[in-house]
This record gives sequence, C-alpha cells and structure tokens, in this order.
Amino acid sequence: MHEVALAEGMMRIVADAAARCEAARVSTVWVELGALAHVEPQALRFCFDAVARGTVAEGAALEILTTPGVAWCMPCGTQVALARLGDACPECGSHQLQVLAGEEMRVKEIGIA
Amino acid sequence: MCTTCGCGHGQTRIDGVATRAPASAAGFRHADAAVAMLNLGAMHRHAAAHAHESPLGAVHDPATGAERIVAIEQDILGRNNAVAARNRRYFAQRGILALNLMSSPGSGKTTLLVRTIDALKARVPIAVVEGDQQTSLDADRIRATGAKAVQVNTGKGCHLDADMVERALATLAPAEASVVLIENVGNLVCPAAFDLGEAQKVVILSVTEGDDKPLKYPDMFHAADLMVINKVDLLPYVDFSVDAAVANARRIRPGLPALTVSARSGEGFADWIAWVVRQRVDAVEARPGAADASRALAAGQALDGAAAVSSR
Repeated sequence: MHEVALAEGMMRIVADAAARCEAARVSTVWVELGALAHVEPQALRFCFDAVARGTVAEGAALEILTTPGVAWCMPCGTQVALARLGDACPECGSHQLQVLAGEEMRVKEIGIA
Repeated sequence: MCTTCGCGHGQTRIDGVATRAPASAAGFRHADAAVAMLNLGAMHRHAAAHAHESPLGAVHDPATGAERIVAIEQDILGRNNAVAARNRRYFAQRGILALNLMSSPGSGKTTLLVRTIDALKARVPIAVVEGDQQTSLDADRIRATGAKAVQVNTGKGCHLDADMVERALATLAPAEASVVLIENVGNLVCPAAFDLGEAQKVVILSVTEGDDKPLKYPDMFHAADLMVINKVDLLPYVDFSVDAAVANARRIRPGLPALTVSARSGEGFADWIAWVVRQRVDAVEARPGAADASRALAAGQALDGAAAVSSR
C-alpha cells in the first residue's frame, strides 16, 4: 500500500501550493497517472481522502487523468501503444519493448478558493 | 479545452522520449495569464464568468467563479527523487557501490547477504541497511558477520524510501570505496516505486515462489537491473522452470541479466560475487579524482573476490 506514501507526497505538494497562494480551501486536485505508473488509482483516491482530512484539501475532488502507455518496439523500429507491462507489441507480437511514456505520476493543477 | 481561454488538459501529446514536456507545454496555455506557465503556483484566474469545462470534465462553475486554478506540474515522487539524487551523489563522491535488494518476504535475501559478506568482507568494507517493518532480527544477523548494519523499521510502511536511507547513512557512515547493501522491506510490489539512490536494483526470486512471478508483479521486474534466482538447491523438489522465469522476466524487461544461486549451498555464488565485484570496480573508478591507486585497489579486490569464491 505505497499509495499512502504517494498520497502524502501529493498532499505535501498541494499544501505547499495552497500556502503560496494563501488559499483557504482546495476544492479540486488534478493528477496525471500514466497507464503504466506504479499506482492503483482507487487506492490512491482512498489514501488521498484519508491524508487530506483536517487539511486545507479536506473533501477536495480528486480528478485523475490517465495518460497512455507508449513503448518503442525494437523489431518494428517504431512507437506502439502499451496498455500494461508484459503485453506484447500489437503489431508484431514481440516483447522487445522499451517503455517511453506512461509512468508519470504528477500533480497537474489545483482548484482553490 | 476551454473555448474561451484555451486552458485545460486533454491536450497531452506523447512525443517519443519527452514524456512530460509536451503535457506541461500544452496544458496551461492561457490567453490572459501566460505567466501561469512560467512560475510554479502562479495564478490562473478565472475571473470572467464563462462557463467552462475543467481539464478532466468537471465544471468550473461560473456562478461560484471564485475557484482559481493553480498550475503545479510536480512529480508526486519528486521529493523522494531529490533525496535519492542526494544519496547517489553521496555514494559517487565516496566511490561506494550501493545495491538495493528487493524481493518477497522469505526469498532468502538475508541469507544471501550473510554469505555475500562472508565472501567479501576480508577484502571489501561492507555496510548494510536493513529494512523491515519491525524487529532488528536481520540487522543482528548481519552484525554477527562483523559487518556494520543499521536497521530501519518502517512501522506500518511497506517499503524503504530515499529519506530513510539518507538518515540510515548518517548513522552507518560507510567507509570510502565500500559496498552498501540495502535490504528493502520484503515486498514484491511497493519498493519498486522508490528510488533510493542505489547504483543497481537487484530483484531476488526464489524457486519456491513460482516462475510466473515476473508476470504477476511486473513493476518490480520492470524496475530491476539484475534478477537473482535463489534456492536453486531446491529445484528438484519444486515445479519451477528457470528458463520460464527468465523468459517471463524478459517479457517485462528485455535483456534483464539473470543469475541462479543457492545462498545455502553456495551453488552459483561465484557468478553473483563476480557481478558485485564488477559493479564495485565501476563505482570506485567513477569516483571523482579516482587515480591509479584506486584502480589498482579495485583490480586487486576483483582478483581477491574471485579467489574467495573459487575456494568454496
């Protein structure tokens, strides 16, 4: 359940930004999670709600934007979509894939009041 | 995207290797507040009462118009990664090889460590960071070998993070040109996400666990730089195919190097020790200002390491 640690990381980023803006309340938090990122979105929601309790972000809506996984297929010599680690290249069936994108875990922006 | 002001997500484009830049560049273009892109936390004001879609489809309610959107664009693991970078500098400046050893509980990590220390300790200073939720049992086992060890108890935590390792290093004070072995919390999931500042991540898989583990826990094997298959002395008694395990791991991480060992019988241990010694030579030689002296030291210890193993 490393999502607790991730949620705490999110909360630190959100709290710092809210303090810089002298925000009374954070209403929404937008995060970007890559399809291949090492995180379970539902667990992250649960943990974020828990760690936000009693903070400026208590009750904030968590909006998750999922970005697609992208890999470089060595046999094809081209970029291909990769939904999950361990999947084969959709073009040639090879597993000679190097992940290029989809591992992101970022706080994109927050809505404050 | 907001048709009035042009703000919003959903514009993310992945353009090859640059995985994040396109998102940040496209995400927050805003006609009346272009500066929002320049500074962290800069205000992106929605003063005008235009109804509009937020980045992910939630409505920025024009009636309550007080909500302001603040661009953040920070990695959730950013703080951990910054501390990990500091740890990496710490190791590099001292010519220390740091290895992050990860596996499920019961794979034989500590036994592997003890045997590794016994094989190397006469020639290479070794220090160990032991991660467990509770108890100092593992650190006690390591200290019994004569090596320095610090136990990190994570309490309810399921993994080590870079900050824990930084604090452990302050206590451990490993010698210059030593090997620091970091035994992560036994867990095939969570530790994979956290960079500790190590040179290499080593995943240990024991034959009693099953050869399909790489497919079931791909994040760990994707993160690994080396796979060590342990307890091969038990192969006659279990349904475990080394070839299948390696093939499965390479479906997740093409070209992942793999070694087979038994930390109990010593089978295959020479290859593991030789691998560690090679990594250490690299670490020592990469030290700033490393001169002929340290190269000679490293080379001498490489020979010693091989001799130690062949005597088993």
